[in-house]
Amino acid sequence: MAETMEQTNTADSGRIAARFAKLKAEGRGGFSTFISAGDPNYDVGLEILMGLPDAGVDMIELGMPFTDPMADGPAVEAAGLRALKNGQTMKKTLAMARTFRDAHPDTPLVLMGYYNPIYAYGVDRFLADVKEAGVDGLIVVDLPPEEDEELCLPALKAGINFIRLATPTTDDKRLPTVLRNTSGFVYYISILGITGTKEIQADPVRGAIARIRRHTDLPIMVGFGIRTADQVHEITQVADAAVVGSAIVDRVRTHLDADGNPLPGCAKAVLDYVAELAAGARR
Amino acid sequence: MQHPESKLNSYRTGPDEGGRFGLYGGRFVAETLMPLILDVQQAYEDAKADPSYQADIDYYAQHYVGRPSPLYFAKRMTEDLGGAKIYFKREELNHTGSHKINNVMGQILLARRMGKTRIIAETGAGQHGVATATACALFNMPCKVYMGAVDVARQSPNVFRMKLLGAEVQAVESGSKTLKDALNEAMRDWVANVEDTFYIIGTVAGPHPYPTMVRDFQCVIGNETKKQILEAEGRLPDTLVACVGGGSNAMGLFHPFLDDEGVNIVGVEAAGHGIETGEHAASLTGGSPGVLHGNRMYLLQDEDGQVIEPYSISAGLDYPGIGPEHSWLKDVKRAEYVPATDQEAVDAFQYCSRMEGILPALESAHAIAHVMKLAPTLPKDHIIVMNMSGRGDKDVNTIADRMGVSL
Repeated sequence: MAETMEQTNTADSGRIAARFAKLKAEGRGGFSTFISAGDPNYDVGLEILMGLPDAGVDMIELGMPFTDPMADGPAVEAAGLRALKNGQTMKKTLAMARTFRDAHPDTPLVLMGYYNPIYAYGVDRFLADVKEAGVDGLIVVDLPPEEDEELCLPALKAGINFIRLATPTTDDKRLPTVLRNTSGFVYYISILGITGTKEIQADPVRGAIARIRRHTDLPIMVGFGIRTADQVHEITQVADAAVVGSAIVDRVRTHLDADGNPLPGCAKAVLDYVAELAAGARR
Repeated sequence: MQHPESKLNSYRTGPDEGGRFGLYGGRFVAETLMPLILDVQQAYEDAKADPSYQADIDYYAQHYVGRPSPLYFAKRMTEDLGGAKIYFKREELNHTGSHKINNVMGQILLARRMGKTRIIAETGAGQHGVATATACALFNMPCKVYMGAVDVARQSPNVFRMKLLGAEVQAVESGSKTLKDALNEAMRDWVANVEDTFYIIGTVAGPHPYPTMVRDFQCVIGNETKKQILEAEGRLPDTLVACVGGGSNAMGLFHPFLDDEGVNIVGVEAAGHGIETGEHAASLTGGSPGVLHGNRMYLLQDEDGQVIEPYSISAGLDYPGIGPEHSWLKDVKRAEYVPATDQEAVDAFQYCSRMEGILPALESAHAIAHVMKLAPTLPKDHIIVMNMSGRGDKDVNTIADRMGVSL
């Protein structure tokens, strides 16, 4: 506990850098998962979150649900709406993060979502509570570098990593702009499109990673379109980490009853699937 | 930006470089779209500097759209209401039946300059969808229109019109299945097809430069009105009235008059079942600043920043936000925004049909409803110009349902 408190009070938790250093020492790429906070409800969502490290997850993206997730496909949208329907709020999401941090002092936890729920919560209050909850970084889909003054710069000042998205449309001319105020790692979106709709192709990703590496020393995580252990394996050969989201929240959906309530064993089924995927990063 | 309370030298200088009107506007989009949005901005700047671009717009405005639209003195309504003189700016007489075509022609000509080969659009009432489908037929470009499933049902004549024009209409089943969700889905399409696709946004919202571009294309409404009222009355109007959903027809009428001090400016929002019921689409009256669809604007949202599903009988006003420039004009108090309910709009629809022989769009009927309240309270030498933004043929099914008539 004492160690945790100390970590959350330093300028940067250092958990993300420490985890990538550890992965490097182990000679493998990392495996990350996205889940939507409070999906399908608070209790089962928390059970899933708490079980991720033991299922082999190296770092976690915890989605802050939003009614209008414009960069996400049907699976992630539905996950967020399930959580909202069951009463998930920003306060509860931060409480989940705090509970997770108390039990897992070393696994990096990043909040991912859209700006409006943060803006409504209040940026200063949000950053203070994020820090208190032991969150290591933020990924906010609809805050490009052009809007850095909204949240990115205040977050960096508060010692919270602001992780930027790079995409196939981010050309060499624009990359320096995108990388300028980014920290922690770079999240490379492997496809043109929304989450969960296209299959990843390793070859173009390899080229893109090489291109980004010419501009930064930060670790690069790749996401969008990864659904199988084989794909996790393939991508972790090319990038520093692979992230799976839609395929996992889809597992939540298939373990609900007709009214949308979780069936018995929902969390276990999701975590078993996560463990299968995680094995792909350890071959 | 200036302090809201201090008087500005001009209300027409916005936005700033970042696309901001005071607090509002901006570019809140995913990185995938950002390079493209910068391209659109550059292409629009270049086009504005090229006289041949404006010449093209003018050519199609005159020969295809049918501009200028008349400014019509609504004599019977004026006499019956017994107060201010009422003029209609007849945007419903444009080709395709609304003001939407003004913007579509500007954007599709820009898309062609940029070498884009595929067009997407969102639509609520279907007027923007029809206008876009029309322009795509004219220029032989494939067109996909996203429309909420609820709107597909309540605006079926427009859905069929779009199909006749060769467009693909995609019914959107997510969320409230209305305009907001159609916008989400169009943005998703755009993210997946940035290379060949141009997104023709139908209102003065979205990421910069869209609110500015759409405003510029719609300003033809106010510019013509200014000239026409000077010819008819020898002076500027005292009051402008227009309905606001996203706010494009209103911005087109208002903007050229923003610096004319004596002109009162009133936007009419959809109050649905009444503001107090919570079932409405009046984002300026009942919302607060928030970020959605690429810009900050007044937004209907709960205390956790989740977007509240709006409600209005009028599909074109059924949107939880409002353009950033309107949001700013409210804050600096240059324009006033008032609500009108479903019932008031339906009454106004029937009244206008019988009094003037004009079936107004349900959207425009909200503006008429306010004129009906306002005109009797004003002296006979007071001049009101109201924007008749669209025609009501598309709404006859909705009105019939409301009256208990089966067609």
